[in-house]
Amino acid sequence: MKLTTEKWLDIAALNDIPRRGGRVLKVAGGCIALFRTNDDQVFALDDRCPHKAGPLSQGIVHGAAVTCPLHNWVISLETGEAMGADEGQVATYSAKVSNGRVLVGQECLRLGMEPADG
Amino acid sequence: MVDSTKTDNRERLVVIGNGMAAGRVLEELFERERDRYRVTVFNAEPRVNYNRIMLSPVLSGEKTYEEILIHDDAWYAANGVELIRGEKVIAINRDERKVISAVGTVADYDRLIVATGSQPFIIPVPGHDLDGVLTYRDLDDVEAMLAAAEKGGRAVVIGGGLLGLEAAAGLKARGMDVTVLHLMPTLMERQLDQSAGYLLQKAIEARGIEVVTRANTHEIAGAAGAVRAVRLDDGREIPADIVVMAVGIKPNVDLAKDAGLEVNRGLLVDDLMRTSDPAIYAVGECVEHRGQCYGLVAPLYEMAKTVGAGLAGDDGLAYRGSLTATKLKVTGVDLYSAGELAEGDDREEIVLRDAAHSIYKRLVLQENRIIGAVLYGDTADGPWFFQHIKNGTDISEMRETLIFGQGFAGAGPLDPMAAVAALPDDAEICGCNGVCKSRIVSAIEGGQATLDGVRATTKASSSCGSCTGLVEQLLELSLGGDFARAVADGMCPCTDLGHGEVRRLIAAKELMSIPAVMQELQWKTSCGCAKCRPALNYYLLATWPGIYVDDQQSRFINERVHANIQKDGTYSVVPRMWGGITNPTELRAIADVADKFAIPTVKVTGGQRIDLLGVKKEDLPAVWADLNAAGLVSGHAYGKALRTVKTCVGNEWCRFGTQASVSLGVQMERFLWGAWTPHKVKMAVSGCPRNCAEATVKDFGVVCVDSGFELHFAGAAGMEVKATQLLCKVVAEEDVLEHCAALLQLYRQEAHYLDRMHKWLARVGMDHVQAAVVEDADNRRDLYERFVFSQRFAQSDPWSERAAGRDSHEFTPLEGPKLEAVT
Repeated sequence: MKLTTEKWLDIAALNDIPRRGGRVLKVAGGCIALFRTNDDQVFALDDRCPHKAGPLSQGIVHGAAVTCPLHNWVISLETGEAMGADEGQVATYSAKVSNGRVLVGQECLRLGMEPADG
Repeated sequence: MVDSTKTDNRERLVVIGNGMAAGRVLEELFERERDRYRVTVFNAEPRVNYNRIMLSPVLSGEKTYEEILIHDDAWYAANGVELIRGEKVIAINRDERKVISAVGTVADYDRLIVATGSQPFIIPVPGHDLDGVLTYRDLDDVEAMLAAAEKGGRAVVIGGGLLGLEAAAGLKARGMDVTVLHLMPTLMERQLDQSAGYLLQKAIEARGIEVVTRANTHEIAGAAGAVRAVRLDDGREIPADIVVMAVGIKPNVDLAKDAGLEVNRGLLVDDLMRTSDPAIYAVGECVEHRGQCYGLVAPLYEMAKTVGAGLAGDDGLAYRGSLTATKLKVTGVDLYSAGELAEGDDREEIVLRDAAHSIYKRLVLQENRIIGAVLYGDTADGPWFFQHIKNGTDISEMRETLIFGQGFAGAGPLDPMAAVAALPDDAEICGCNGVCKSRIVSAIEGGQATLDGVRATTKASSSCGSCTGLVEQLLELSLGGDFARAVADGMCPCTDLGHGEVRRLIAAKELMSIPAVMQELQWKTSCGCAKCRPALNYYLLATWPGIYVDDQQSRFINERVHANIQKDGTYSVVPRMWGGITNPTELRAIADVADKFAIPTVKVTGGQRIDLLGVKKEDLPAVWADLNAAGLVSGHAYGKALRTVKTCVGNEWCRFGTQASVSLGVQMERFLWGAWTPHKVKMAVSGCPRNCAEATVKDFGVVCVDSGFELHFAGAAGMEVKATQLLCKVVAEEDVLEHCAALLQLYRQEAHYLDRMHKWLARVGMDHVQAAVVEDADNRRDLYERFVFSQRFAQSDPWSERAAGRDSHEFTPLEGPKLEAVT
């Protein structure tokens, strides 16, 4: 069954995430990486690089992409897809900023309950 | 006769002068009709056509003559143009339609172009004809200045306008002491108002150039026929080995006047650029059109379009005069001026000043239209304002935010790509050649996919080149991923500039932040990438110690959290053990920490330190607090920084030891720790030539011998195994420290980010390093002191800062979601 994103979860203040940086959000099933870009967009992805499960939340954020700290794969924050010559994809969740708060779609609570791409 | 070929009965076109205007006329003509004329060009200079507006970069050493050629010999050959060099035309016989050169060459013409340009004013003060009084007009002048600068000494530049200041900056860059004399109270008063002139004077003085305003030259004093000094009206005397007169230009009209053509200040032309003789065109700085004489390249090129069209039989492309904009070509001084700047009863102005950043912007308005703009310090919006001046845009709607320029949208940092995308189709991209955005875009849509291709078809970015970044952004906007930039030695795909160039420009343009670098150097991405950002962060840190604020988000996670990330996402920490020495208290603290935080692995590293592996990120601050409590500080095992100084036991215990290698290693490590470097730096001190500390595969290694210390450097034992090179031998321990710090500082100043010392050495060469660090004691001391200065800001333990709570967001995950949903 597919959950819709009508319901948003209030996670944090926007300023809790450094600009061009990330934070880890722990949920029951594991870790979600929340990113804030230079122009204050936010994105939520599984915190596991499709390559060797590196913690994407610890990577360098540039444009709408993050470079994994383990082996420099570059992952699109918008699609979760590996960019350049690499292939792979990480699950993404809806996220937005509203009144200075970071909201994440409640489908993120499903993390770990079934395969991320499932 | 130049050409007696009877079979070629094409019309004969003769061009007098081979400057930028003449060259451009021929290009415009050949684009329309390649074979209509048999063309002969007379050039008084013994050269091909070169880019005169780039003489200042040649003078300052940023470009060579070859790099500023517009048309080389092959071009003349390919286009069948006969170029007669080094012959000045001395007469035009209009009745017989011939020109005659000083050496007697005669050329018949059907059409003639006079493009004799202008000549510099010489103020006729006593002494103006002494040896060493130069002008600044052509390559001969530049060569004369370069020859003078080689001897060093003092230069006086008379004239604080565009040319004078460029000459002054060039001569200063070549090592001369320079004074600029300017008659008016402020510099460049024709283009700038007083406020901008003041900022400019400060910037010029900050480069070590002396500026004297209200300076009326009384005479040039000489000795033995050569310049000795310049004397002012008020009696002041300024010593000078050369004097450069750069007070202005006047149209070169003697030839035209002698030929009976109508001449006022310049050679008079109509809107089709025809002189009073319909067979004769004139173009460039020698002409006077609607009462105006021009000394900038953009109008010349517009005139050339008209002449080229006229020669091809198209009289529909009349020239109606130009609005001009000026940029000063002195690296590191950003100045833009366009249109009318005088105040007037019917004129209003909008001014923005930012004293802290030396930014000044002023717009002159008349009836809700911009008629003039001066920008100092931040000139990015210059072309945008210029476009509004040209279009006569009614700005009443945007008046409130106008001064903030195009990028003002009320939020977020500027994205240069978005700014380019937002430019209107008729926005001028290349000011030199008058090329607008739509012309470039249609060239790209017509199949041009490279910068060179666009240059060849539109001429955009082919003159002074300052719009190259814009043109590339247009390529990128149109072609997206298909645009292959010239990345040969670029840092990364975000820029075409190489590491060396970026470092040079950071210093020259005094760029103090990553956004400033990206803005000024026209980065192609809005916030860089994981390659360039850490490099820029390092370069800024190395260039501006104590001023630049480190950008944590541009550091790799290891340096951001001061621990090594491992394959499972846990971290390892390595406390510093000075020179490899520890004691029971420290060992106990390490053991306690390992127990308390259930750290699974405790390992001795290759650099004689203890590594605690498998620490959870959340535990890091607490682990550090405990280690700090026992006196242990961060070992920087994660950083591009000094890692370890490995030692043997030296003469304290070893029967072969010649010196106290342990205490020397401790001293070195205590002195050098914390210094950020282009890549990791490892060191060792061996107490004797048996070299138990393996000093000869380190970035810097000391091998103690009976008579003192052999200093080695540029070794490595990683991906590439390199034995060290011998730097020198010294006698005392303090000499070791001074040489080591000086070497490290030179490496920090010159290496590309992520170059180990041996890679840097391979690029700069052994002679360079030895000259800077060994042979020149003053320079060594200078490097040493710069190192010591920057250590004032580097030697604070990052662990204790984090344990005390700094950047705590790095170590605490966000709480799980609050489950009450919001809409």
